[in-house]
Amino acid sequence: MSASERGWGGRRRQALISVLSWPPAQRKERTGNRNAEIMAGKPKLHYTNGRGKMESIRWLLAAAGVEFEEEFIETKEDLEKLRNDGSLLFQQVPMVEIDGMKMVQTRAILSYIAAKHNLYGKDLKERAWIDMYVEGTTDLMGMIMYLPFQPAEAKEKNLALIIERATARYFPAYEKVLKDHGHDYLVGNKLSWADIHLLEAILMAEECKPDILSAFPLLQAFKGRISNIPTIKKFLQPGSQRKPPADEKFIAHVKKIFNM
Amino acid sequence: MSEKPKLHYFNGRGRMESIRWLLAPAGVEFEEEFLESREWYEMLLQDGALLFQQVPMVEIDGMKMVQTRAILSYIAGKYNLYGKDLKERAWIDMYVEGVRDLMDLIRVHHKLSPQEQQKNLALIGEKAATRYFPVYEKILKDHKDDFLVGNQLTWADVQLIEAILTVEEKVPTILSEFLLLQAFKARVSSIATIKKFLQPGSQRKPPTDEKAVAFTNRIFNRR
Repeated sequence: MSASERGWGGRRRQALISVLSWPPAQRKERTGNRNAEIMAGKPKLHYTNGRGKMESIRWLLAAAGVEFEEEFIETKEDLEKLRNDGSLLFQQVPMVEIDGMKMVQTRAILSYIAAKHNLYGKDLKERAWIDMYVEGTTDLMGMIMYLPFQPAEAKEKNLALIIERATARYFPAYEKVLKDHGHDYLVGNKLSWADIHLLEAILMAEECKPDILSAFPLLQAFKGRISNIPTIKKFLQPGSQRKPPADEKFIAHVKKIFNM
Repeated sequence: MSEKPKLHYFNGRGRMESIRWLLAPAGVEFEEEFLESREWYEMLLQDGALLFQQVPMVEIDGMKMVQTRAILSYIAGKYNLYGKDLKERAWIDMYVEGVRDLMDLIRVHHKLSPQEQQKNLALIGEKAATRYFPVYEKILKDHKDDFLVGNQLTWADVQLIEAILTVEEKVPTILSEFLLLQAFKARVSSIATIKKFLQPGSQRKPPTDEKAVAFTNRIFNRR
């Protein structure tokens, strides 16, 4: 029998097996053209041109190798228009147009993307651990995100609290997870939403205190490893859709739009 | 079969109540270990039983689960209250998150000073009547089904009825404009397992009062 008649045997099978061992995003790049036809266009993100609650969504899409469009809310009128259009289920952003839905609520959007792109573990229990880990990093990043919106007098105290929580509550927990199982990733020995979210949290925490990982050697290695995944590496480079930390001017701008 | 889930929390609603609510309609019996003192909480901490040093914590299926949302998602997934596919799950997640935002306003109510409570009450009433309940009324109106998603009981329905009843404790007339939600409330309340949970003697906790707040402040060393 000739090689071409062997069908799924031999080299084709080996190629398939090797492709299946790639991280989801790389695999998609090679085999995803069919998927691109099936999907109803790129996801479209509606938010201000800054991090806020949308940043984790940008991270997850980027890590999954999903191209997305962004429509920025620049003025109060932009927000009103979205509200009046009936596009915002609870009058709030983030809102992501994806697969025929206008999704709102950050966690709902993230869960959907994670599941859709195989970043949510292989079963209910793995999903439970991913959810737990993500909730921890959400709490930490939430503290950091709201820091610029706190009154000036409270900023120093809150920054100290963030550093304390990061180094005494959250990072020790993730360091221990990695230590206990000795794997490269947090859950199921495979890249998941939890890893992407943790990297995002680490980088945000380092913006608060550059040596914040000094007591956590496994997290340092983790950071290096995850940052090197091709899709994530690309997202971390200048010119990507990753947003910079908010400055005073941007905070004032956002407060105006949302009447804060 | 696995043992009963065991809930670790203080003897009050707080963040654990939604978990009690979700276990109940699934007909799942559960045990509760109440944090009675600061020492008890510190023991849990020292045992390494609390991943992020926080409760709620639920022992279930060999895991010590923390983080309310993670626990609720797991229970919903395990007991078929999470829809039939990814898209239904997406809608359930969206509806649940919306309700949760409303519940959070209520959850912190008794921590506020009397003046702040007045303002908060008005905010709860306003948000419920203009941002949240109209959404759920419209969903029911648009598809005319008995339940929010996929024409069967899901986590979204359980979360919504918990929210309705909790808001009504603060604002008794809140459903006056929402006829479909009134019907929804009656319908879901009469589901056998939920009806049972609503009766005296169940593990449902009464509304949080000042005494409970002082107690938890002591346990968690809050000023």
